[in-house]
Amino acid sequence: MITLVKRRGSYYFLAVALSTLFLYSQSANITTSVFSIAVTFAMPLALAAMVGIMCERTGIVNIGIEGTLLLSSFVAFYVAIASKSIVIGFFVAMATGVVMSLLLALMSVTWKMDQIIAGTILNILATGLTSFFYVQGNMLPDMFKQKPIPGLSNVPFFGEVLFKHGLLMYLGFVVIITLYYALFHTPWGLRSRSVGEHPSAADTAGVSVARMRYINVAIAGAIGGLCGSYLVLELVGSWNRGFTAGKGFTALALMIFGRWNPMGALAAAMFFGLAQAGANQLMINGTVNIPPQFVGILPYVMTIIVLAISAGKVRPPAAEGQPYEKGQS
Amino acid sequence: MSALLEITGVSKQYPGVLANDNISLTVNAGEVVALLGENGAGKSTLLKAVFGLVKPDSGEIKIGGEPITFGDTAGVISRGVGMVHQHFQLVPVMTVAENIILGDEPRRGLFINMKAARAEIIALSKRYGLEVDPDAVIEDLPVGMQQRVEILKALRKDVKLLILDEPTAVLTPQEIDELLAVVRNLAKSGVGVVLITHKLHEVMAVADRVVVLRGGKLIGTTTPKESDEAGLAQMMVGRSVVLQVNRTEAKRGGIVLEVKGLEVRDDRKILSVKGVDLSLHKGEILGVAGVEGNGQREFVEAICGMRHREAGEVLINGVATKNMHPHAVHEAGISHIPEDREKHGLVASYSIADNLILNQFDQEPFAKGWIRNLGEISKNAIATIEKFDIRTPSAFNTAGSLSGGNKQKVVVARELSEELPVLIAAQPTRGVDVGSIEFIHNQLISARDKGAAVLLVSAELDEILSLSDRIAVMSGGKIVAIVDSKGADRNYIGRLMAGLDK
Repeated sequence: MITLVKRRGSYYFLAVALSTLFLYSQSANITTSVFSIAVTFAMPLALAAMVGIMCERTGIVNIGIEGTLLLSSFVAFYVAIASKSIVIGFFVAMATGVVMSLLLALMSVTWKMDQIIAGTILNILATGLTSFFYVQGNMLPDMFKQKPIPGLSNVPFFGEVLFKHGLLMYLGFVVIITLYYALFHTPWGLRSRSVGEHPSAADTAGVSVARMRYINVAIAGAIGGLCGSYLVLELVGSWNRGFTAGKGFTALALMIFGRWNPMGALAAAMFFGLAQAGANQLMINGTVNIPPQFVGILPYVMTIIVLAISAGKVRPPAAEGQPYEKGQS
Repeated sequence: MSALLEITGVSKQYPGVLANDNISLTVNAGEVVALLGENGAGKSTLLKAVFGLVKPDSGEIKIGGEPITFGDTAGVISRGVGMVHQHFQLVPVMTVAENIILGDEPRRGLFINMKAARAEIIALSKRYGLEVDPDAVIEDLPVGMQQRVEILKALRKDVKLLILDEPTAVLTPQEIDELLAVVRNLAKSGVGVVLITHKLHEVMAVADRVVVLRGGKLIGTTTPKESDEAGLAQMMVGRSVVLQVNRTEAKRGGIVLEVKGLEVRDDRKILSVKGVDLSLHKGEILGVAGVEGNGQREFVEAICGMRHREAGEVLINGVATKNMHPHAVHEAGISHIPEDREKHGLVASYSIADNLILNQFDQEPFAKGWIRNLGEISKNAIATIEKFDIRTPSAFNTAGSLSGGNKQKVVVARELSEELPVLIAAQPTRGVDVGSIEFIHNQLISARDKGAAVLLVSAELDEILSLSDRIAVMSGGKIVAIVDSKGADRNYIGRLMAGLDK
């Protein structure tokens, strides 16, 4: 079963690689720029999906990702303005993400609340706070600027696509790759996954379920803060109400499509980013004459299609969403 | 030297039940202590308390002379206590190796050293003669193999005290013999073993000391030498138990259920029932004996409509049931006590009252048109709980909160309530205590005497021998012989089960 999935995955990869090569041979410039833009679209979705993966792998459903992104991007924006430092903005945004997550952990691990309700509370809290305190007409002192990586950025195609971005983008890639190895090849990852699959098995093996859940949800919050910072301090540069536009929910779909695997979710996010960047390019070229609103709804339509295709074929962590009671088997 | 395990005056109150009432017990190095008791007598609660998984209301538990603190499972493990839980504590989607090393992983730098883990597990399994494949995924393994993994997991740390919670409930006779040999060997090497079981002959075979619990109280301590199976059963239940079933001659009628050339595939798509012909008569109990995994499960599931039939026919009263839906099979006149009560027998989150009418929920008197008659449902529940002696604080507790034997009683009670022409009972007394076994056996006999055709599938040869009128032996997906139970030779059937004789 797993080998089958892996084989199918490599077919997809091969198909994408071949069509990219074809497009590149047709028009190198446009293909490169579409891919480069696709990566910037994909990164926030991928990072948001990592937040979901971190939580759900230990058995906590986090539908409050959207709220976490919204509040942390808001905080990043205004703290950077107030302190005149985007770095301080970034760190305070990460801390905000952690605080939001700890709130989720408190509600779902300690108080054993329904996790969907706990996540909804985060979303409402973030929407309320940001809408209330939002003031128009502020400017960021600076942004995380493009920092091409010497050497690597000169590689044709890949250099442009992967190695000509800002600091937070690179950090994002490091986080995703680290998470992948940590989840599947370290003691921490084994314990995390066992807590999400069968908490009493973990407990009887001496792994503290509550501690594991708190730690992982907190790390997820920090990743959420990174994601919010990337959006506002590196990608967009300004903030407005409803800034994150449902990315936290799309991320949940990508997490499922990527089978709760960081690499899978990254690939899914890349696929999304490409679709959007490609559609934008077609519109700019005037190849197709469709109203921009239709391009705008593309991510959401794709979310629905992707979920419909993958629904039922995936297997979430078995203990997801269930509070753990000691001594229950 | 102090005792390995010292329990002093432990009590634990659950809502509605006093699970442990002032229990004191010691276990020394090198001895096997059997902990006996009916379902719900408080054995599991006591051992969970030892493991720090349950917090006792009063009393003290010392391991190696040091008291334990609640919640410190890791501390208990590090002091050399290993436990094989009744419900396996294995992560189904992970490999054998991952499950065994969980909580104390061999490392290389930041990463898990899988190579070292594999080597360690292979060495461990050689040392105890328990062979496993470190890379197999748990959910693909048969239960006997899963249990091996559980035992290896417990033995991995140099255990001084090994607790086995009903370890033989799901094993085949051969696996049980192997396990008991392992237990004896461990004791010989100085490990203290606590064995919880319902099976008295196992207790007689391995225990040095027997401790009996009843209704949360410690009733007494004895040794196999001073007692016998009947004596132990009496201590457990509090009254004398008839271990031998009294059974009159069967009044056989016409054929009710007929199976012709049935072929069925198992979950791995391998043909596991290979052309079975069988006819079941009114008023008889036909026992299907066989080592588990020889196609019995698939056979039963195919008859009950839970599994696709590749070929062959199943006729109920002469009417063909071609790949019918389970509900339609039930309508056609088959009631079914499924092998896996947790998965197919009960809805754990429903109340006991609702579980007792799952087969008739849409029929009078439990429903009138679209409306459920809650009064009748609870009246039925209260009467059934009384009749079947189901131990529960009330009829409205969830079925999932019951102990294993009481869950089984709920399933049996429900399936017998309709008095359909055919009753299929798969492993009806698995994991059930002696008193309840006696009761369930009598219920099966009385169903037969009322004219039902009973198909009894069991891995316990003794159960088959004592209940059946005819015995069909299943081996390698085929019925290898059908013998009359009168004068049936135990050894001969055993050899047939093992596939030795033709």
